[in-house]
Amino acid sequence: MSEQILAKVLQPAPNRWKFLLSELRPKGKLLTPFNIISIPVILLGLVLIIIRFWKGLGSITNLSQDVPWGLWIGFDVVTGVAFAGGAYVLTFMVYILRMEKYHSIVRATVLNGFLAYLFYAGALLLDLGRPWNVINPIIGNSFGTSSVLFLVAWHFMLYMLAELIEFSPAIAEWLGAERARRILKSLTIGAVIFGITLSTLHQSGLGALFLMAKGKIHPLWYSEFIPVLFFVSSIFAGLSMVIFEGSITQRVFAHQLSRGSHKTHNEILRGLAKICSVAMFAYLFLKIIDLIHGHNLSHLSTSWGAWYLVEMVGFVILPLFLFIRGVKTGGPFIIKAASFITLIGIILNRLNISVIGFNWDAVDRYIPTWMEFEVTFAVLFLEIWIFRWVLHRLPVLRPIEEVVKSQTIDRS
Amino acid sequence: MSLDRREFLKTLGVAGASLSGVSVFGKSTTESESEEYYAILHDITLCEGCQECEVACAAANKLPALADDDYPDSSIKRELKPDRYSVINAVETSAGEVYTKQQCMHCAQPACASACLTKAMEKHVEGPITWNGDKCMGCRFCMLSCPFNMPKFEYDSNNPKIGKCQMCFTRLKEGGIPACVENCPAEALIFGKRSDILREAHRRIMDDPSNYVDHVYGEFEAGGTSWLNLSPVPFEELGFNTEIDNRPYPELTKGFLYSVPSVFVLWPALLLGLREATNRDTDDIAGEDEK
Repeated sequence: MSEQILAKVLQPAPNRWKFLLSELRPKGKLLTPFNIISIPVILLGLVLIIIRFWKGLGSITNLSQDVPWGLWIGFDVVTGVAFAGGAYVLTFMVYILRMEKYHSIVRATVLNGFLAYLFYAGALLLDLGRPWNVINPIIGNSFGTSSVLFLVAWHFMLYMLAELIEFSPAIAEWLGAERARRILKSLTIGAVIFGITLSTLHQSGLGALFLMAKGKIHPLWYSEFIPVLFFVSSIFAGLSMVIFEGSITQRVFAHQLSRGSHKTHNEILRGLAKICSVAMFAYLFLKIIDLIHGHNLSHLSTSWGAWYLVEMVGFVILPLFLFIRGVKTGGPFIIKAASFITLIGIILNRLNISVIGFNWDAVDRYIPTWMEFEVTFAVLFLEIWIFRWVLHRLPVLRPIEEVVKSQTIDRS
Repeated sequence: MSLDRREFLKTLGVAGASLSGVSVFGKSTTESESEEYYAILHDITLCEGCQECEVACAAANKLPALADDDYPDSSIKRELKPDRYSVINAVETSAGEVYTKQQCMHCAQPACASACLTKAMEKHVEGPITWNGDKCMGCRFCMLSCPFNMPKFEYDSNNPKIGKCQMCFTRLKEGGIPACVENCPAEALIFGKRSDILREAHRRIMDDPSNYVDHVYGEFEAGGTSWLNLSPVPFEELGFNTEIDNRPYPELTKGFLYSVPSVFVLWPALLLGLREATNRDTDDIAGEDEK
């Protein structure tokens, strides 16, 4: 069924090829500050990736026998997927709860989520020692069904498909394939329901990956409730990303937005801030229960305890307070600030579990090489490039009529 | 009658179990009645640190031979490597210098095998856990999960392998015994069915309580392992990890994995229900019907 649709979308009409070729051309200025920074970073990243596949993982990373997972898993995958959680929360709000107010930002969020998964799965390939075997969990004779990672791998794959289906009407509009668009549109609800279910399980599943590392992760962060904590925090992590990313696209793509949209955007921000504050409150509550339940209060007086309190007070309680203020006063600035602090807090939390608090009592601590950071930034920039490319061409922020209008202006 | 009642019920049970979804722990959970795991005991009080086991291990597994200056010394800690499956270390203790042996513990319910998403790490009914390079994708989740940190990864290769003791699985299959045990001149290593080896270990403690601590390391650690250790001093002194849970490690993820089918059934139903409940159009129709 889906192959038929795909065949229709990709119909080799001569005009369509010409159109696709013309769309590949860069639009806009080449020498923007972002380009000047990102192009060298991406090129250097590609060189490092070649070295990595040629000489092995040890050539550019500081990973060791005691620290098998480093920055690429801890940040790119574990943190990145939490940031991509906005898509399932928003589709839940718009398609299940029918909160029409948020409909205008669904496409951009789903696109962002899809690209995030695409690139984090890509980053995962860089980290695999034997990537040519990556197909093994998918083909029949190697199903490691007792593995949490097996579940996460399948869910990544299926969720990417679900997000692609959710986003596909925009692609069909871009290509002017009206019949395909109607068919794809009818699949949206199914994809949304499937996607939310998958997200619930793999957001928590990413946390469950660390359950067997008991004793290796500092007791303040190790908890049997990691899956629940990961799920709940993915709600406000994802929405904070929507707020943050939205405030940037609002500025960069201001010319694509209609005049009234600024006011509605502030309304949307307030609504999202409200949800964030509720989810964060639940998260804080769970964290406190976990702290007491795990008999970990004595650790609070150590230096690890101080670090834990920095995370909890500075990056959970403070942004929670700011979100509540923002909802009350309706100030977009305070909400954006809160979302930014929340994002930093999520990075801290995920890294505290996967990298910083991992092997916490070891003498030799893992510190990522500059090259690990470099490749991480290269992946991130490459994703932003693709995101920007799509926003310039596809009906994501604005209806298709306006995309067509702006293109005829471009060409004239 | 070809199928009596008992057989029938048994078949039904098996069919039911396989239908009920993922068999989370597969064959590794239940030691079948006929097959019992093999085990190896390292009696530290007998070990002389001669490294014959290391030499035999390297030869049996086609690993690089030992360097001349690579011998146990209490001032250094020799580490397991991807191409070094077994190491002897000299440790200065309250009972004088003793020799420890490190290698994969071959847990009865291994974290590594349950972590492996491609079944490259496989637990066999004889007891060994082996690694299969044709399946492994190099994700290193086994290393993250192993409470003993035993699987080692070749970070400096573009075709990296996981190296660890395989308990000489091929030799066992051919009716032999592990190379290290066979070549131990001090008889510090003994090999046999796990219950026999355990009984022997406890007998040694009972017979000579002043020379042993009353602890067989590996009897309960991580739910029980195939490698067992006897020591003259508490195992903390030897640098053994004594904070390992006595619960099998795969049980830590059991709760999560069991919740997966429930979420998969309940969530879509709940979401569809919610979507229907928020549909204003159907509300209107219901209202009209009441009129």
